Amino acid sequence: MKYVVAIIQPDRLDEVLARLTEKEVHLVTVTNVVGRGRQKGVAEVYRSHKEAGSLLRKTKLEIAVNEGFVQPTIDAILAGARTGEIGDGKIFVLDLPRCIRIRTGEEGNDAIG
Amino acid sequence: MTGRTLSFWLPLAALCFSVLGAAGSALGADAQSTINSGDTTWILVSAALVMLMTPGLAFFYGGLVRKKNILSVLMQCFMVLCIISIQWVLVGYSLSFGPSVGGLIGSLDWLGLRGVGMEPAPYAPDVPHQAFVLFQMMFAVITPGLIIGAFAERMKFSSFCLFSVLWATLIYDPVAHWVWGRGGFLGTAGGWGAIDFAGGMVVHVNAGMAALAAALFLGRRKGFPQTMSPPHNLPVAVIGAALLWFGWFGFNAGSALSAGSVAVAAFMATHVAGATAGLAWCILDWLRYGRPTTLGMITGAVAGLAAVTPAAGFVTPLGAMAIGVISGAICWAAVTWLKAALRYDDTLDAFGVHGIGGMWGTLAAGLFATQAVNAAGPNGLLYGKAAQLVIQLKAVGITAAFSFVGSLALLKLVDLLVGLRVTDHEERVGLDLTQHKEAGYTVIE
Repeated sequence: MKYVVAIIQPDRLDEVLARLTEKEVHLVTVTNVVGRGRQKGVAEVYRSHKEAGSLLRKTKLEIAVNEGFVQPTIDAILAGARTGEIGDGKIFVLDLPRCIRIRTGEEGNDAIG
Repeated sequence: MTGRTLSFWLPLAALCFSVLGAAGSALGADAQSTINSGDTTWILVSAALVMLMTPGLAFFYGGLVRKKNILSVLMQCFMVLCIISIQWVLVGYSLSFGPSVGGLIGSLDWLGLRGVGMEPAPYAPDVPHQAFVLFQMMFAVITPGLIIGAFAERMKFSSFCLFSVLWATLIYDPVAHWVWGRGGFLGTAGGWGAIDFAGGMVVHVNAGMAALAAALFLGRRKGFPQTMSPPHNLPVAVIGAALLWFGWFGFNAGSALSAGSVAVAAFMATHVAGATAGLAWCILDWLRYGRPTTLGMITGAVAGLAAVTPAAGFVTPLGAMAIGVISGAICWAAVTWLKAALRYDDTLDAFGVHGIGGMWGTLAAGLFATQAVNAAGPNGLLYGKAAQLVIQLKAVGITAAFSFVGSLALLKLVDLLVGLRVTDHEERVGLDLTQHKEAGYTVIE
């Protein structure tokens, strides 16, 4: 089992969710986050002052998948989130030792889907 | 009850009884009078409108600070509403509008509104005296409220309370007397003849200069200007600006003190100037930064409303438009360039908007005033009386200097007595938690 974490542009979320659905990946947790990458954040105008160095708004997706779904999940996120511009984000793939469904107490591959 | 508390409560009780007696006799004397129900209605409605400006200001300011400080700003605004209302009844009204002592200050004759009842008001014979007291009370409340913008996010609540009461008593009340009090040395009722329709000098220059003094005396917030967060809730600030604009009709049109043509002229001028200045700021942002900003538009509107305040009942709609466009431009320049160049941290631009806007408006009254709008007022420079502009210039200079120096002295005094500024740790954690043990927003449902 893997735990896929993706940081994407907020405006790409709908597209990424659509592509995930096409690949039959339905389980996803989404949060609004702020952060910065190599481009060092954004400049906002605040009462006619240009203020640099703010953190950028991003959207974080967390998806737990069985081994067979890892590559389709990555493909779906790449297809939905890539614009080719700076700031498209990143995908992190982590090992997932255990997964338990709270309602039934099921463990592992059965619990994920 | 100990002797010490008795010695405090007994004189207070005596004062209350004497006031009750005075009010009773005044009520009895209200037989034949000049009081007019239409005018009285308008003044009472206006007083309520001006009252609403202080909560409006609270939201305007509250949306612009960081999340961790929103309650501190709302709390400070509501505190001036409570504390200055009481100060006004006990001493403020008498010091501002009481019988003049040498043109400098009102006497203590009307302490606790002693003898101030339902008889025709000396300043507005169409309405009961206490209606005028109520209307003016709301001005006395919002003026120290405006200063909050300069020291937001770093002043101790206790020192804020002490400073506000001292400032209202020793700075606001004298200036109100100079300009509006009968016999005051700057105004039209026996003074030099400086005109200030609804408080360009008394409210905006006065608060704006105190704001500059406070910003300089307290110093910058930690991290200013490099790492400051943008306004945490602009929609709340927009609600605040809308309430201010709405309340401003009472502020300016109510200052006609009757429901006639001068009130209509002031209403028109107020609205036109606010609209023009909001548009002007918006266009300047658009040209300079490529985008019209919400914050710029509401800030410009407030600047225009502040600038037209001293001129409202004296100028034509087109005169108000000229006042509006220039106030939008110079306040924009003050906030954009002046603050950046001088590097003072006027948190929410109380000086840049109210100080600069008020000064321009007071001078503009000396330019654009015309007896065609208000026969009881003077003509300005553009209508043939250059001397009026000179009077306005001198009056605004005296008001600004007095407010700046006096405010610095009071800030120093309060700093020595209780300390003005919160600790570095409290400033980082935020004033909501450290001063009030509350949070504006919960994290968990």
